[in-house]
Amino acid sequence: MSTSASPMSTNGTGLAAAFEKHQAAQTGAPAWWQELKKKAFATYGELPMPTRKTETWRFASISGLSLEGYDFGASATGTVHTELADRARLVAQRAGRIVFADNKLVTHERVSDELAAQGVIFAPLAEAIVKHGDILQEYFMAQDPQLGSEKFAALHTAFVSSGVLLYVPKNVEVTLPFVARYWSATQGGAVLPHTLVITGENAKVTMVDAFDSADRSSRGLALGFNHIFAGRGSRIDYYVLQNWSDQTLGFQINSLTAERDATINALAVNIGCAHYRCETQSIMKGEGSHAEMLSLSIADRDQEIDQRTLQIHQAGHATSNLLFKNALADEARTIFSGLIRVAPDAQKTDAYQTNRNLLLSGEAEAHSLPGLEIEANDVKCSHGATTSQIDEAELFYMLARGINKAVARELFVFGFFEEVVSKIENEELASRVRELILQKFREEEARHA
Amino acid sequence: MPGEDTTALEIDREKGNFSYDIKYAYDAGTGLNEGVIDYICDVKGEDDWIRAFRKKALKVFEEKPMPTHWATKDLETINFDKIRYYLAQDKKPKRTWDEVPDDIKQTFERLGIPEQERKFLAGVEAQFDSEAAYSNIKEAVGKQGVIFIGSTEGLMKHPEIFRKYFGKVIPTADNKFSALNSAVFSGGSFIYVPPGVKVSHPLQAYFRINAENFGQFERTLIIADEGSEVTYMEGCTAPKFNTSTLHSAVVELVALKGAKIEYITVQNWAANVFNLVTKRAWAEEGATVKWIDCNIGSRLTMKYPGVVLKGRGARGEVLSIALANDGQHQDTGAKMIHLAPDTTSNIISKSISVGEGRATYRGQVHIPKHLTGCKNNTECDALLINTNSRTDTYPAISVRGNKNFVQHEASVSKVSAEQIFYMMQRGLTEGEAMSLSVNGFVNDLTRQFPMEYSVELKRLIDLEMEGSVG
Repeated sequence: MSTSASPMSTNGTGLAAAFEKHQAAQTGAPAWWQELKKKAFATYGELPMPTRKTETWRFASISGLSLEGYDFGASATGTVHTELADRARLVAQRAGRIVFADNKLVTHERVSDELAAQGVIFAPLAEAIVKHGDILQEYFMAQDPQLGSEKFAALHTAFVSSGVLLYVPKNVEVTLPFVARYWSATQGGAVLPHTLVITGENAKVTMVDAFDSADRSSRGLALGFNHIFAGRGSRIDYYVLQNWSDQTLGFQINSLTAERDATINALAVNIGCAHYRCETQSIMKGEGSHAEMLSLSIADRDQEIDQRTLQIHQAGHATSNLLFKNALADEARTIFSGLIRVAPDAQKTDAYQTNRNLLLSGEAEAHSLPGLEIEANDVKCSHGATTSQIDEAELFYMLARGINKAVARELFVFGFFEEVVSKIENEELASRVRELILQKFREEEARHA
Repeated sequence: MPGEDTTALEIDREKGNFSYDIKYAYDAGTGLNEGVIDYICDVKGEDDWIRAFRKKALKVFEEKPMPTHWATKDLETINFDKIRYYLAQDKKPKRTWDEVPDDIKQTFERLGIPEQERKFLAGVEAQFDSEAAYSNIKEAVGKQGVIFIGSTEGLMKHPEIFRKYFGKVIPTADNKFSALNSAVFSGGSFIYVPPGVKVSHPLQAYFRINAENFGQFERTLIIADEGSEVTYMEGCTAPKFNTSTLHSAVVELVALKGAKIEYITVQNWAANVFNLVTKRAWAEEGATVKWIDCNIGSRLTMKYPGVVLKGRGARGEVLSIALANDGQHQDTGAKMIHLAPDTTSNIISKSISVGEGRATYRGQVHIPKHLTGCKNNTECDALLINTNSRTDTYPAISVRGNKNFVQHEASVSKVSAEQIFYMMQRGLTEGEAMSLSVNGFVNDLTRQFPMEYSVELKRLIDLEMEGSVG
């Protein structure tokens, strides 16, 4: 398919055939689910592709966004699946774990009997649509994307089959994290992770999504969505560790909704993909709600990491804080576009937004679009964006003490990211994140050695 | 009222709210087509290349869409077919004040123009609708070789100086409104300052719209040759008509090696003027360009003064104050395009939204590859006075290259209740206390303005703040 500026009038024939096949495979699914998918696929065809002039895609490379030519029915062999299930431990102590490979469920560690008795649901999507249709009908893709990925949302709904529903009822607190692992295991395959987390009043839970490719050099498409709904007074900690292969076209669309006095802490680690588009919108729906959005990205070679955020303050007396840090090497590009929107009656809002870019090479390119739209007067809002390099004087100081340049750079990058990593309360997870950073950084160093 | 005290440069809103029933000798009628352009060229007796330039621009204007994919939809309410594009009483400006027709003279006397000139200005030009009604430059400055004339005159009499840069800093196709201006421009100031000449007093222009449904399209080009220095000030007013008026200027500045240009605007159009202006400067090696931009009036202002930093060590600065009251949208900002190493830029923007007013900051900072030692600092602060006041900030910062440092900060605040309480306890009324706070908010910027302007701005803010509380 060409990626010309004109709206796509029809779905490519390849995609239409794939969708028919996909629908045929959904035999056990209820009629409303099938109907939803059908509608979504039609919507996908009607919506235009973003163009160079689309404001929500400003500075993004539009030419690499074609979704044709990926295999939506890809599936690796059973042995590969078993092996991946094994590799996917992530944290030793956990409340439950679900592993997908190429959209197929390979492992499902269910919750303990005790949690099940309390009403905690931790189910793969296919099971959830049958057993918990009422929840899905209310919450599945309930928040429309507002940051430019409407077309991709429709495609996700049309093809999604892997995913997790985590529901924690009123007053239930789960300390151990829930883990969902998604693998892309086939060359040219498309994976569509979906995570839906809902908490009742005063509940507390931690959810971790981790994305990987079995083969680091395979080409692929990842089209992930998550919806996080924090009920009154509840708390959700949500992590996304994105480590798709270097040849992946990745989308990750996050939607956070916080009711009265609820807290959502979202943290993203972005390592993989050739072109990664990540959108995060948070809605402070009730008074006293709080959303924390943290992100760290390492981009190297000709990677493009494009992150768009929207903090919507609908209710007053709510707070939100955003910190996105990017380190850029080689000819990498990053885009950060953020907007704080304060509704006319959302008085006493406190909202902050910070983007920091560390350029490790003269060829890297960082774009920042930190925006504010404020319609209430009694608010505290600020944003800041900085872009700079490793300080020569600081580097000299380290060299003078016998620390070689590579190690010194590594220390700087670690120091730069530690502000975000130190916010991870689960120590095991924090060290996984440090490993990911180190691994990527060492690869970069090795290429230059 | 004409006899009233007009000693200071009046920019309060009511002072400008009057109009005279003028009989225009030249009127191109309403609507825009090639005929209008031929009419303008014929009246002005312009060379063929100017006619061709205008016609080409008209095509570009017609082809370009409105920029409403990012800008306000309010732009769509402009009806280009109902606008009059050229209106003049006389096509040649008068050189002495006595020659100016009485009604026009009255207009400018009420606005305090000759007063200003007598006091300290090195030269002044006053534009009434399409053409300059009065233009004069002090003899001493003229002797230094400074040229200060209108746009057509500049292109015809000194093509060797002005043609080289005309339409180069801001190409016709830069945006829809620069194309419109290029098609129908009339009036404005063309200034040339020879090498090493430092013009000690500011040059000034005054822009006045008198007619209803009229569009003013002045064109300004200032060239400061190597090592020279010049300050230019412009003011604008219009009466309040029932239908909206369009002002769409193009201002190009060229600061050659080591030159300094300071360009000061106090914009106080009536609250139904669409003020859509393109302003950009080139700064060559070691040159400095400083835009001081105060936007108080108009219904919608869209203006983002820019500096293209072309030579090593060039510096660009934008200091901007915007005040948006009920029914107003001040969409202002700045652009800094770094194209040479060791260039620096600074943007400080302060906006105040009163009542249902909306102030928007839109900015662009661009540092391309292979440059080192570039620095940008951007600060934008917004003050919201009333519950339904609105402010937006949309910066875009792109950084590549080595050893470049960019920082951007924005904050939004309101006047603190404690501060007001403290001042009221000491006998100030709430309104006075509010004024004082707002003036304090912009004080660190206005301190850098020429004295007359900072005093005037203070008074204007007092005026705008009246009745904003309670």
